[in-house]
Amino acid sequence: MVPMLQVDSLEKQFTLHLRGGLSLPVLHGVNLTVHAGECVALSGPSGAGKSTLLRSLYANYRADAGRILIRHEGEMVDIASAPPRTVVQVRAKTLGYVSQFLRVVPRVPALDIVAEAAPDRSQEKAAALLHRLNIPTRLHALPPATFSGGEQQRVNLARGFIGGHPILLLDEPTASLDAANADIVIAMITEAKARGVAIVGIFHDAEVRNRVADRLLHVAPLQDAA
Amino acid sequence: MTEETLLSARGLSLHFGKVPALVNVDADLWPGEVLAVVGESGSGKTTLLNVLSGRIRADSGVTWYRDPQSRLHDVHAMPAPALRALHRSDWGFVHQNPRDNLRMSVSAGGNVGERLMAAGNRHYGNIREAAIDWLAQVEIDPARVDDMPRTFSGGMLQRLQIARTLVTHPRLVFMDEPTGGLDVSVQARLLDLIRSLVARLNIAVVLVTHDLAVARLLAHRIMVMQRGEVVETGLTDQVLDDPQHAYTQLLVSSVLQA
Amino acid sequence: MNGYNFAYLDEQTKRMIRRALLKAVAIPGHQVPFGSREMPLPYGWGTGGIQVTASVLGAADTLKVIDQGADDTTNAVSIRRFFARTAGVATTTDTNEATIIQTRHRIPEKALREDQIIVYQVPQPEPLSKLEPSRAETRRMHALAEYGSMHVRLYEDITRFGHVAISYDYPVMVNHRYLMAPSPIPAFDNPKMHMMPALQLFGAGREKRIYAIPPYTDVRSLDFDDHPFRTTRAPQCCALCGADDSYLDEVVTDDQGGRMFVCSDTDHCETRQAEGHTGTGEPIAREAAE
Repeated sequence: MVPMLQVDSLEKQFTLHLRGGLSLPVLHGVNLTVHAGECVALSGPSGAGKSTLLRSLYANYRADAGRILIRHEGEMVDIASAPPRTVVQVRAKTLGYVSQFLRVVPRVPALDIVAEAAPDRSQEKAAALLHRLNIPTRLHALPPATFSGGEQQRVNLARGFIGGHPILLLDEPTASLDAANADIVIAMITEAKARGVAIVGIFHDAEVRNRVADRLLHVAPLQDAA
Repeated sequence: MTEETLLSARGLSLHFGKVPALVNVDADLWPGEVLAVVGESGSGKTTLLNVLSGRIRADSGVTWYRDPQSRLHDVHAMPAPALRALHRSDWGFVHQNPRDNLRMSVSAGGNVGERLMAAGNRHYGNIREAAIDWLAQVEIDPARVDDMPRTFSGGMLQRLQIARTLVTHPRLVFMDEPTGGLDVSVQARLLDLIRSLVARLNIAVVLVTHDLAVARLLAHRIMVMQRGEVVETGLTDQVLDDPQHAYTQLLVSSVLQA
Repeated sequence: MNGYNFAYLDEQTKRMIRRALLKAVAIPGHQVPFGSREMPLPYGWGTGGIQVTASVLGAADTLKVIDQGADDTTNAVSIRRFFARTAGVATTTDTNEATIIQTRHRIPEKALREDQIIVYQVPQPEPLSKLEPSRAETRRMHALAEYGSMHVRLYEDITRFGHVAISYDYPVMVNHRYLMAPSPIPAFDNPKMHMMPALQLFGAGREKRIYAIPPYTDVRSLDFDDHPFRTTRAPQCCALCGADDSYLDEVVTDDQGGRMFVCSDTDHCETRQAEGHTGTGEPIAREAAE
């Protein structure tokens, strides 16, 4: 079976030029393979580099060494070395990412934010998904800047899930949700897996993690300048 | 992926006296792509915009433009009439100060229609219809088509300038600090407008800005300039979230968080 | 003639102006700079036209000078006398007899012939002057035939008034290439310039420019497809000769609001009267005129 996502010997360190070139190694020799329909949860203590790994998988952070192969339109593309335009296309079609915090153009209504992420820009689908995530109709026409943290996160989730990407990266998708809404998200993740979506996520809540993850990848903190 | 670039520059260098304004700059722009050029004032970003658009000449280096028939043109070797015609048709230029581009004593409709008339359109009704349509697209009340720009607010003037520029459906638009000098709320509306128009019409943009937030919201790719050199280039979110160069780290860390 | 060279200007100056005229004829509608001389008349009184006339005038020519269509106004009389004294040429008020016609603000009603030259006095030769203050830029616009901004002016007129409200000095395209100011003739006269058998010369003394339209040249007034160029005239008949197709002047006859509409081309009017045409001869009351 061809993997959807394959990470080989990934390395990542930060060089802080403003602090005299201080070097902080975060990831070393990370290997990971994710197949269609599989959900891998990143585990490890806070500050171990889970978010750094997830962001590296999205090419939001640049890998210093190693490969990140993404199955994009039938071919394995190494987005750690691909030119920016390829990364943009991989993100548009194949690789979805739900960040912890919503970052959007001010003034755009919630419904449009979600609809713009849909492949067919369907407002109906966007409205349906927002309803499923308990965002009432009266909020659809408002920009989410004034929403509560939980509401913003659910708009963010709707935007991430509506794209129908075959690979999804989830950063704490249920962090600021109550139990009822977390259940809805869990159901959405389970359905996505059933459709064959490959998922890598950070789930702070152990119960959520147990319910969605097929495997854990332990991310251990590296010693400074080890 | 095999698609060819719309604009490509190689080895652009330019000195103003002893001051380096551009040092061996390369740049590529693909159709439909937004490229932000960021850096503090004096970093050479506006000079780069002027060189890429053929408004000023570099000391060395070359800039290629690919026309709709896929023919390549050396921007700085083009005859002046061809370059001027290009600036009125397939290219556009959005200035920071809309008054530099608009005719302030000509109605909004006349301002929007000018490029059509320059292109040889000689049907008043069609020109006016296009002007009304474009005012609506930039969220100006079409009932104001006959009003003078001097009665418009700063944000409306900037939107009028954008309508005037886009009326000929250019494939490449140069923007110099298009949201500079506007109130924050007006800025947000304009950003949203530019973003949606550019995406819908598949326009390639070279955007000069000192505002990293503007670059993040509009640009696919970013070039960071310091003292005429490109110190870092890449995906916008990558460069801003994981800056590699010391100067980029300084820029990113200097942004005020609202 | 005593003490003056033929037609006042020295031969070198006339040769310089003729060279400019040749160039102007070769590039219809294009403004050619020339070394405009001080004339014994102030700028604005036709110094450009006089220098052009002086340069093309020969001893055998018959000169007619009109101002606003009339042969008997101050400007016309003094210029005609100027050339009668300095060149000793025959003068006339009859359009038919004239070989050279110098004019300010009108083209005679009678169609001109191949053996005639009409010389226009031009205050502002640059049709783009009101749109673009920089002369360097207007030269570039002419060179590149970038005339979109002129249509913006027409667009603005239609938007504001429902029609193009330029009643004189209405811009024309000459030979499909150069935008040209026809001098302050009424738009009514513009169609006469199109394919005219006579040579048309334009002189602007203060602005130091000469331009020309060779015989049988295409001259089109700018317009829009859906707002075609149209001429207008006062909707009356001439009170003296009854003409219903000539350009009319409104003449106030008393301080009670009485006025008459009469042909602005005095020669045309007199010729028609001599042929037996008559008008009402009566001033019309204010209400009737409107």
